Amino acid sequence: MTTPQAWMIWPENPALSILVLALLGMVFLYAARRPMHELLHAVGGLIGAPLRVAARWLAATANAMRQRNKAVLLAHGRQEVGNRIEREFERLAATVKRDLQGYPTLQRKLLDEITRIEEDYRKCGEVPPPSPDWVEAVAAVANVKSGSEMVQSILEEIKRSVDKMHEKTLGEYRRSYETRHKILEGFMPFWRSVDKTLTEVDKKLTELQNGAGAVDAHMEKYEAINAKTDKAEQMLTVSAFTQFAIALLVMVVAAGGAFINFKLIALPMSEMVGAGDYLTSSLRTSEVAALVIILVEASMGLFLMEGLRITHLFPSIAGLNDRMRRRMMWIALVLLFTLAGVEAALALMRDMLIADKQALLQSLATAAPAAQTDGWVGRIPTIGQMLLGFILPLALTFIAIPLESLIHASRTVGGVLLAAGVDGVALLLRIASSIVRRAARVLITIYDVLIVVPLLAERLTKSTLATRRGAVDLDDSVHQVR
Amino acid sequence: MIRTLALLLILGLTACSDPRSHTQAVYMLVDTSGTYSLEAGKAQVIVNYLLGTLQSGDSLAVARVESRSFSEKDIVAKATFDRRPSQANAQKRAFSDTTKGFVSAVKQSRYTDITGGLLQGAEFLNETGAGTKTIIIFSDMQEELDKVTMRDMPMNLKNIRVIAVNVVKLKTDNVDPRRYFGRLEAWQKRVQAAGASEWRVINDLERLDAIFSKS
Repeated sequence: MTTPQAWMIWPENPALSILVLALLGMVFLYAARRPMHELLHAVGGLIGAPLRVAARWLAATANAMRQRNKAVLLAHGRQEVGNRIEREFERLAATVKRDLQGYPTLQRKLLDEITRIEEDYRKCGEVPPPSPDWVEAVAAVANVKSGSEMVQSILEEIKRSVDKMHEKTLGEYRRSYETRHKILEGFMPFWRSVDKTLTEVDKKLTELQNGAGAVDAHMEKYEAINAKTDKAEQMLTVSAFTQFAIALLVMVVAAGGAFINFKLIALPMSEMVGAGDYLTSSLRTSEVAALVIILVEASMGLFLMEGLRITHLFPSIAGLNDRMRRRMMWIALVLLFTLAGVEAALALMRDMLIADKQALLQSLATAAPAAQTDGWVGRIPTIGQMLLGFILPLALTFIAIPLESLIHASRTVGGVLLAAGVDGVALLLRIASSIVRRAARVLITIYDVLIVVPLLAERLTKSTLATRRGAVDLDDSVHQVR
Repeated sequence: MIRTLALLLILGLTACSDPRSHTQAVYMLVDTSGTYSLEAGKAQVIVNYLLGTLQSGDSLAVARVESRSFSEKDIVAKATFDRRPSQANAQKRAFSDTTKGFVSAVKQSRYTDITGGLLQGAEFLNETGAGTKTIIIFSDMQEELDKVTMRDMPMNLKNIRVIAVNVVKLKTDNVDPRRYFGRLEAWQKRVQAAGASEWRVINDLERLDAIFSKS
């Protein structure tokens, strides 16, 4: 066994031994300085360079993935917004067809009403009362010199006639006004009708304007996507993340529903497939059978949604002709209802089995049985279970919608997360490469620190030689000048 | 419709089913000798517990321990519960009625042949092919044999759990408890030497769930 004493040149004088050993070591290390520096450089490069190359490759891969993600995202977004624009146009076309189809009739009605109002208005124009022709005669008589009784009697006669005529004219004038008022009163329904018609027109035009506004907004989005702007990409990414989160939440809720459904039918399934068979040590065949039934129901729901063209997960179904698609839809619907009925029956059977088991346990127990709830109150859980058994499969049909969203959004979300992960690994590799290179430099410096004495001696020798050489050169140049 | 669907499911699933047996088989020996026959009422509590706990496909047998117990005639009731839970419940009711009849009219025997009962129980349990096999001995574990009966032979209790229940203390045990502990220890050694996977003693009938719990 090697002991520290064995290394001592003079075991009785360890300090001197260590000093001499250190000096020898320094000399050896000084002699090996250049190859050691090269070795450390080489090792640093050997480890650091592949790490750097890998980091670059990963960064490039992440970039390519991002580009690919962007292309897919924009293509998907374009298709989605395109579909929305198409639907908006369809809606607008329907509105235009429905509302503006009757517009000529509406216009004719409006013009008729306006013409009628104008005619009535003309009719109720004020006719000034005729100027009395006898005013000039009265004036002539009035100029006759007074004092004559005859003139006075004529004037009185005229006054009487004038009064009579005045009353008659006033009466006619009042009647005329009364007629005009009646005509004006007759205006009211027309005004109301015109007002109603104009409000209707205004409402329809506003609707149309709103629709056009929505189309404009979608078009703006579409243009941004077409221009492949970063804003559009960011918007679509955020939208995909939101959609993913919402779809995931709905799927979790649906999974809860499926679990309840499973619990409802797992026990009665053991009555059919047997309770003693196991697929694995903890998984009964009856439980798997119940799970299979639920999955079949979910599949039927999926096909139903595909048939209704609400989801588009299967291109082959979307490509079917209408007749075949409708047939498939009806088959899925019938199967779904049949399975829902089966589940309701199984839920009833479950209740009966549990009641039977309870009765058995009570008969086996030494304690007195608990009081039973009879009547309609006692039937509520049974009815509730049957209803749940029937409704849950139908309700689970709708998971096809969030499932489609989840699948579509997960492409974007997964792509973004994967690219971020690759980027992270690239960064780590870059840091590791840098650490290795710097560590090599640090080791070189430490190496030089260890042999600082020979290095100082070397520097001193070099500077002395340089000074001497400089003095010799100076002498030579002085001789040359002379 | 339900039957057809179930049949299709069975056909599909049997192809990948687990070949190992997950069923349980329990053989319960009830000591009817001497004063212990007075404890028979408690045996019904254990039978009821077993009936309430065992599932479809499991097997249960109750046998009496008398002067010579290595005989099928000593089996009071036995059943392998139907795969359908509803049928299994009906079987359990019938089983309970049979054991009630036995417990209420138990006849005292002069001797106690526990070994013969164990041999008979092991045979029954091995025939069931169950995944978990358990022998419950409801006795004071004091074996008494007549001069003719031969039981000093090696037993084969491989992969069988043996649980002694309600091992009451005899008057002599009270005088010298070492007799009681010695008796239990001797049985433990004998049973384990016969290859039993587990030996357990349960005296508190409130803790019967320990019968099926893994040690």
